[in-house]
Amino acid sequence: MSDSEALIRIEHLYKIFGSRPQTKLSLVKQGISKQELLEEHHHVLGLSDINLEIPKGSLQVVMGLSGSGKSTLIRHINRLIEPTAGEIWVGSGDVLKMEKVQLREFRRHRTAMVFQRFALLPHRTVLENVSYGLNIQGIAKDEAYKRAERWIERVGLAGYEQHFPAKLSGGMQQRVGLARALATDADILLMDEAFSALDPLIRTDMQNILLDLQEELHRTIVFITHDLDEALKLGDQIAILRDGGMVQQGTAQQIVMKPADDYIMDFVRDINRARVLRIRGVMAREGLPENADGAIPEHISLEDALPRLASAGHEAVPVQNKQGQVVGSITVEAVIQAMIRPDHDNRN
Amino acid sequence: MDFFEEMPSLGRRDLMNLRKGIDAGFRSFSRSYGEDLENFFDPLLQFLIFFEKLLIAAPWPIILLIIASLTWLGSRSWKIAAGSVICFILIGYLGMWEDTMSTVAMISVATLICISIGIPIGVLMSRSDRLQSIITPVLDVMQTIPSFVYLIPVVMLLGIGKVPGLLAVCIYALPPIVRLTNLGIRLVDKQVLEAADAFGSSYWQRLKDVQIPLALPNIFAGVNQTIMMALAMVVIASMIGVKGLGIPVLQAIANQYLALGLFNGLAIVALAIIFDRVTQAFGKRLQRHQVGGPNV
Ligand SMILES: Nc1ncnc2c1ncn2[C@@H]1O[C@H](COP(=O)(O)OP(=O)(O)OP(=O)(O)O)[C@@H](O)[C@H]1O
Ligand SMILES: [Mg+2]
Repeated sequence: MSDSEALIRIEHLYKIFGSRPQTKLSLVKQGISKQELLEEHHHVLGLSDINLEIPKGSLQVVMGLSGSGKSTLIRHINRLIEPTAGEIWVGSGDVLKMEKVQLREFRRHRTAMVFQRFALLPHRTVLENVSYGLNIQGIAKDEAYKRAERWIERVGLAGYEQHFPAKLSGGMQQRVGLARALATDADILLMDEAFSALDPLIRTDMQNILLDLQEELHRTIVFITHDLDEALKLGDQIAILRDGGMVQQGTAQQIVMKPADDYIMDFVRDINRARVLRIRGVMAREGLPENADGAIPEHISLEDALPRLASAGHEAVPVQNKQGQVVGSITVEAVIQAMIRPDHDNRN
Repeated sequence: MDFFEEMPSLGRRDLMNLRKGIDAGFRSFSRSYGEDLENFFDPLLQFLIFFEKLLIAAPWPIILLIIASLTWLGSRSWKIAAGSVICFILIGYLGMWEDTMSTVAMISVATLICISIGIPIGVLMSRSDRLQSIITPVLDVMQTIPSFVYLIPVVMLLGIGKVPGLLAVCIYALPPIVRLTNLGIRLVDKQVLEAADAFGSSYWQRLKDVQIPLALPNIFAGVNQTIMMALAMVVIASMIGVKGLGIPVLQAIANQYLALGLFNGLAIVALAIIFDRVTQAFGKRLQRHQVGGPNV
């Protein structure tokens, strides 16, 4: 995964909210705190020196507490928010250089967004909502409905085509939101706390739907959450924001095993490692075993893997993905090592 | 101490000259442009006359049939449709058919004009706070100035007749639709708007797919109020030559004919109630997609 090239590249991105943001840029670059900028200069620090590379086909989670700048960051990718300074590249395209019409085409075909509060069109049926992005692209109605129907089925809403959103539960509404975003065939999916408004059970459902779809679609997904469990479950890569700054980036494994500071430490201290860490995050990816005898699936948790590993003794056990390909190997020692709570010694 | 006893004011002669000056200015304006204005409004006049003649000339059962189907299409309620038909039968039976048709023609044309001018103004107004702060006081004046007062310049410009009457009605009835269009668009959910932008909507797509449909219940409340205000102007408009139910009311006032005044007044009330119920029921149906909305 690390060798595939970045699809989205964010470089030295700054965003300051207020009446004259440019004049405060140098202060921010000198490292003025968010608090001080607000109290003495009446500007809000949205983002400060964000650098992020997101590989094609990966699921990047952005995590942080409320007000840390997550929504601000994701809205820069499709330029719903203009930065104060910095660069945003998608593929070989400079997003900030796009003219109005180009930007519109970019939003129509390259990016699609899923919102925390769904943001569906209340006066349109499920079918009309899902085909909304296709309407905007100018695709003929019949064709748009045909494609929309496929996605409605994919997210498990077949039979609800003619219902209005207000008559559906939150979970079903967000399925509509997800189908609407997927239907445009945009290769970048921007999800701003897409599952945060849902009940825990429904939320787990939605996470599984997303993972299943992603397994097959390989879209590039930027997923925002303030929930560590969700971040660990979904993210190939996780970036953690605090007061507009980036505090740590890495795999779930790296974040849990080596939290960069006390802020992140607080996040990860009380999680049940055995349950949240998945084999995929712990396995060795080099020196793949030749055969798949007795292989375990990559997506199961350490907890679920342990009994099956225990019988293998010290031997490395092959790990396979849903298609049955061997993608790594794992030993019982590695699993136990991963379950040990970090203390001050093994932080970097 | 004189200063406190008497309010300083222009001398009587100065005041008279001021008024004369304004009047003369306006008169010369109307002399040079009155004809052009009349020509400009001529198509409107022709349309109004045509529509009125059509309503009057059409056989009454056909009109009743049209009323029944329009009210039913608008409200989807048999009660409202039947009530409307009964009202019109009574009106005809009491000898007010022609006047009522004239009034209906005038109200319909006035409402169409208000909608086609008011909605675009409301849309523009919702886009800019500055425009809103300019237009709002103008609307306030239009609504509060006694309606007789703006009959004067209208009559000076265009004389007496249908067009000036129509104009007076429109000026009076325009504000609610402008206000409620503006309000409705400003109240549209910001998140849905953001979604529209995120999917790459152009300005027009945003307006027609999101803003107008979501503002429609409010816009429709504006249409309803506009119709009500137009009806309220029927009597006043008849003072400057608009045919219809207002004329007998004026006669009744001048000659103290109680029954005549009452019948025609009640006919106006009946029209108001019918228009109101039908447009309100239609407005409610526009919100049927909302939680708890009717399942029609
Ligand atoms: N338009 C704006 N004007 C001024 N300040 C803003 C604006 N938008 C965001 N902010 C500020 O920028 C900071 C980051 O906001 P942002 O919405 O990105 O946070 P978030 O991480 O998404 O939080 P949440 O979890 O509550 O959604 C906050 O301090 C917020 O108050
Ligand atoms: Mg947010």
